[in-house]
Amino acid sequence: MEILVCAKRVPDTSENEIELNSAGNDIERDDLVYSINEFDNYAVEEAIQIVARVGGTVTVVTIGGEDDEEILRREMAMGANQAALISDSAFEGSDGKGIATILKSFVQKGRYDLILTGAQAEAGGAQVGGMLAAMLDYPFASLVASIEVLDTKKLKISREIEGGNKEISEIELPCVLSIQTGINEPRYVGMRGILQVQSVPIPTLGAADLNVDHAVIGESAARVKRIDYFIPALGKGAKILEGSREEVIDQLIEAVSAKGGLK
Amino acid sequence: MAGILAYIAQKNGIVDDGAADFLAAAKKIDAAAPVTAILTGCEADLESACAKIRGMFGETWKVANQALAYPNAELVRKALVKILPAQSILLVAHDHFGTDLSPGLSIKLNATFVSDVVDITGIQGAKLTLVRQEFGGQLSTHVRCDISSGAVLNLRPGAFKAAEAAAVNGTIVDKSAEVGELVAGRRYLQTIAAEAGDVDITREPVLVSVGRGIQEADNISIAQELADAMGAAVCCSRPVVDAKWLPKSRQVGTSGKTVKPKIYIACGISGSFQHLAGIKGNPLLIAINKNSKAPIFQVADLGIVDDLLEFLPELTGKIRELATVSGKERMRP
Amino acid sequence: MDGLYSPARATFWLVQGRVLFLILHVLGVACFGFIVAKRLVPLLRAERDPRFDQPLRRLGNVAKYWLGQWRHPRYRFAGILHIVIFAGFLILISRAISVLISGVSYSVPALPGTAGHVYGVIGDYATSVVFLAMIVAAVRRIVLKPARYAVPAKYGKGHAADAIFLLGLIALVMLADSLFEGSKAAIQAQQGQAVEFLAMFSLPWIVKTTLASASWPVLWNTYLGSYLLHEFTFFFLLCYRPFGIQFHVETSLFSIYFAKLDREVLKPVRWGVPDERLDEVKSFGVKTFEDFTWKQMLDFYSCADCGRCSDQCPANAVGRPLSPRFLTSKARDYSFVHYPVLGRANNGSPLVGNIYSDDEIWSCTTCGACEAECPLLVEYIDKIVDLRRGLVDEGKVPQSLQKPLKALESRGNPYGKLEKKRADWTRAKDFQPGGDVKVLNGSNGATTLYFVDSITSYDERMQAIGRATARILDYVGERFGILGPAEKDSGHEVRRFGEELLFGALRDQNTEAIRKAGVQRIVTADPHAFNALRHDYKDLPPVEHISQLIAREVRAGKVRFSPAMGDRVYTYHDPCYLGRHNQVSEEPRAVLDAIPGLKRVEMKRSRDRSFCCGGGGLMLFYEPREEERMGVKRVQMAAEAGANMIVTACPFCMANIEDAIKVAGLEGKMGAIDLTELVDQQIAREVPKDIPVEVEGGDSSLREKSA
Repeated sequence: MEILVCAKRVPDTSENEIELNSAGNDIERDDLVYSINEFDNYAVEEAIQIVARVGGTVTVVTIGGEDDEEILRREMAMGANQAALISDSAFEGSDGKGIATILKSFVQKGRYDLILTGAQAEAGGAQVGGMLAAMLDYPFASLVASIEVLDTKKLKISREIEGGNKEISEIELPCVLSIQTGINEPRYVGMRGILQVQSVPIPTLGAADLNVDHAVIGESAARVKRIDYFIPALGKGAKILEGSREEVIDQLIEAVSAKGGLK
Repeated sequence: MAGILAYIAQKNGIVDDGAADFLAAAKKIDAAAPVTAILTGCEADLESACAKIRGMFGETWKVANQALAYPNAELVRKALVKILPAQSILLVAHDHFGTDLSPGLSIKLNATFVSDVVDITGIQGAKLTLVRQEFGGQLSTHVRCDISSGAVLNLRPGAFKAAEAAAVNGTIVDKSAEVGELVAGRRYLQTIAAEAGDVDITREPVLVSVGRGIQEADNISIAQELADAMGAAVCCSRPVVDAKWLPKSRQVGTSGKTVKPKIYIACGISGSFQHLAGIKGNPLLIAINKNSKAPIFQVADLGIVDDLLEFLPELTGKIRELATVSGKERMRP
Repeated sequence: MDGLYSPARATFWLVQGRVLFLILHVLGVACFGFIVAKRLVPLLRAERDPRFDQPLRRLGNVAKYWLGQWRHPRYRFAGILHIVIFAGFLILISRAISVLISGVSYSVPALPGTAGHVYGVIGDYATSVVFLAMIVAAVRRIVLKPARYAVPAKYGKGHAADAIFLLGLIALVMLADSLFEGSKAAIQAQQGQAVEFLAMFSLPWIVKTTLASASWPVLWNTYLGSYLLHEFTFFFLLCYRPFGIQFHVETSLFSIYFAKLDREVLKPVRWGVPDERLDEVKSFGVKTFEDFTWKQMLDFYSCADCGRCSDQCPANAVGRPLSPRFLTSKARDYSFVHYPVLGRANNGSPLVGNIYSDDEIWSCTTCGACEAECPLLVEYIDKIVDLRRGLVDEGKVPQSLQKPLKALESRGNPYGKLEKKRADWTRAKDFQPGGDVKVLNGSNGATTLYFVDSITSYDERMQAIGRATARILDYVGERFGILGPAEKDSGHEVRRFGEELLFGALRDQNTEAIRKAGVQRIVTADPHAFNALRHDYKDLPPVEHISQLIAREVRAGKVRFSPAMGDRVYTYHDPCYLGRHNQVSEEPRAVLDAIPGLKRVEMKRSRDRSFCCGGGGLMLFYEPREEERMGVKRVQMAAEAGANMIVTACPFCMANIEDAIKVAGLEGKMGAIDLTELVDQQIAREVPKDIPVEVEGGDSSLREKSA
């Protein structure tokens, strides 16, 4: 099975403190550690496991610049067979639909049975996978929590829905799936693996290579634009209990008893 | 101005109680415009759902089709494409279904898509200004989107508080014929219910909830001891289940259980909306977190900025003390 | 023929004795040789291991640990029993040879005159004592059943039956020997010949006395029969030995000769491959049995299944899936199955997932208690590290460790905190060391580097140790500084958890920074950093632990302590990487004893028998499956010793112990304090900076309160 995983390099939220920069128009990026979007990492691990079971190859692709190459190398160190970097100044400022459009052109240059994306990235858009599927006219499923290959034409998947329940469906190949965290336990990528792929060439493709219509990508075509970042006025918010720990405990117990929490 | 419609998901005839939020959101786009509800399904379930919705919306479009008995987003999308007028603004709830449906739908309609909208702040011609959040809720952003060719907006559940609307007796329009045959590459098989755990947290009046801040499995006992002293139960947020420290049956949130306690003590929980969405009934929400900037402090009633690993044992000790003093040790049944 | 003659002359079933026994001897030795050769096959396929250097030192080890049985008395009764048996075996070697010769030679060589008699007497007693020892050992197995011999169900059936079979065989040889000598002497007596003098009350003597008036056929049959018995039992035992733990009788000499001399230096990924050429190595670590080195395989053969390692192992004590004894015994069983004496060798299946579980390998805190205990000097830490290297190479790292490892890679500390904040602990509001703590950059002129390491730099609680250390250094007049943001984690656990290359990167960065700082010596309050800088790093200035520095200054009379107040009873907990691994256990005690009025008690398990607190570095992030925490056991040991205050000299011990005090429900009854905090508190400074404030109840540590 030929699997394509679309990945994104994002600030690692667990290792960073996300703050506004002084100009107020972006986050402070100076000291940030970047890594592959956690959901995408689960997707690559899943792809590698599927290929180990049924054969095939895993390709990882990302849209960005030089800096973004590192996640491709890391995923190759993990076990992906090949990678590609899509890079062109014309792509900058694309909104979700623009990204999906670019990816669609890439997909159409190859032959992939299965396309995986992470369920969402740091912006929480959760949209590229679904858009890409619609553009390609492939069936789609989001928040996939397990994949079983039935045969070369069909998969059995489960989606996580409310109440912790699992929705089981059959889906035809080729299709697009967006992957939820927890689907597997990603393997560790050690320094050794990274050093081994350090000099593997990663092809870069630009707008010309992909035959992408300039009118639908980039900032000018974007219909959704972020204007600023801000920290919302706290508004009411919580009443922070003040005082020594003992005093706080007393106030807390009082409030809880009043609501009937302690009989 | 194009028409505003809202897709209301129903399952087994049950409609999510957030349906009224759509009305509040629509007002922010255009205060005067009526909102049309769209419901899909078939037979008795659909009828019963429509009956509830017609009390809130002036017009409800009903799409009855055998294939839509279970809300399969792939099929619903095809149906909506057939019946939505050009340049419509469609409102959908940002949940499992909305995530499944809307991005692809927006492409097929050539409409603009924005997900997880928490506020709508203004409209200028065909430019709508919205508020979203990024980085797990740590920052908010203003977003401007061009809705001249229509839009699909996924709204965060609970973000648009509905004012008490006057009850209406809306009309129901049957659009089933326009939809025709529905086929998709994804076929629904079944739903597997989550394993019932030893404790049913949805019935508990007092909950002690733990998040990533509990740091390791061994520390869960600290929360359990507090719960025991209070006669409460322990539940958690998603990361705790992902790390396999508690079973799925204890998870509160959009992909976990919905709880309606009187008191909810959130320990070491940052306050992502997926978690908070699982808490209904407006309980006394108490947050304990080392990080004073944690988003949960925005929604909690009471906040305690402290290290939960130290605070909880002391709290437990004090509660036990009071119980013995008052002569009653509150035990879990 | 009448009269006594050697069994060589006798006829056994129509075959002359000489021929029969010659054939038996040749067959027996050949068989033994064949079996041993087969046992050596995996060693020939194993990885190389240079153990042929420093012969004098190695012979010294042989003298001390093999001949001198140095480790054995650590378990008093069993140790003495074994010394007796071992001495007996050594004495009986030549006796056994002369008995064997009786079967093939018409005349039996014997030491002439008094020497011969003396040797005979010693031999008689040796035989008897060994025989008795076998009985005592068997009774121990059957009746006393020491806990460390028990085999938990998951490891299979018990070993008692095998043990008793073996003891029985040895006893049989002793018995056969006694019957032979005894009946021989009885024959000589009856025939009026010169009687070979037998030691009084020895087994042979008993036999001779019993048979004194036996008939000729009885005597003669006993004589020849016991000889046959001796021969067959002897050779059976010889050939049986390579089939189990009894092989240690032969291999112990070699395993001790070839034992590791420099214990603290971890085995490299592959011997003979320097760091720069590591990318040529196709596979890191031990994945299949053949990835072990020949010495590691020899260890598997040499283990005597005494269980002392597991008895001391803290992971085993708290119910983690690790038991060092079974780590070895499962490998031995594997080698016997895959390299059989009869049949083809088949090799190459992965060990972890088959005979070992992942949890088993990750549970080890590398405390070294097993290695400190083993009488055969079997090595464990290198094997665990090698197995972990293999797992890391395959990406099989527990999820709980992946985050800190990634953080170490991107930020140089396992917490993921910003590099630039590494020295923020020096800027605490109430911290006055008497001068700023300098961040070195090569031109400060400091002679000493205080290597802080990650936990002390970033953990709010442990930063107090950093501040206390800085104040102490200031007090004794050290011109010191820290590396600040240029310092990376020492990488001590990174290496021991199998991530060799990440460790290499951290080490190189730190070495570069230290070189730039141009200091003459390094001091640290973190025993893991201490061990790393001292043994894992190369070409550094001399490294000391803060306790050694303080002890030296105390000896020189440069430190004045105010008396300890209150009713605290202190006990010192030896951190594994300070006490056991680096033999620094007296200096911290000397420092404590220099504080006037300080009451100190000793826990039963101390110094090199200290009980690990739970592990440091990456071990703090790992989620083990265990029945209770090591720290809780340790805190209970402190309470049993009568202490209400634990002093330790390691920030990881502090983290585990403070946590354990809470979990054990001993808050208010037991406290914990670092050596540096205590010393800092007790130093009588010119201008009284602090009046030590005792916090009643509540606090689990004495937080510094400055003026």
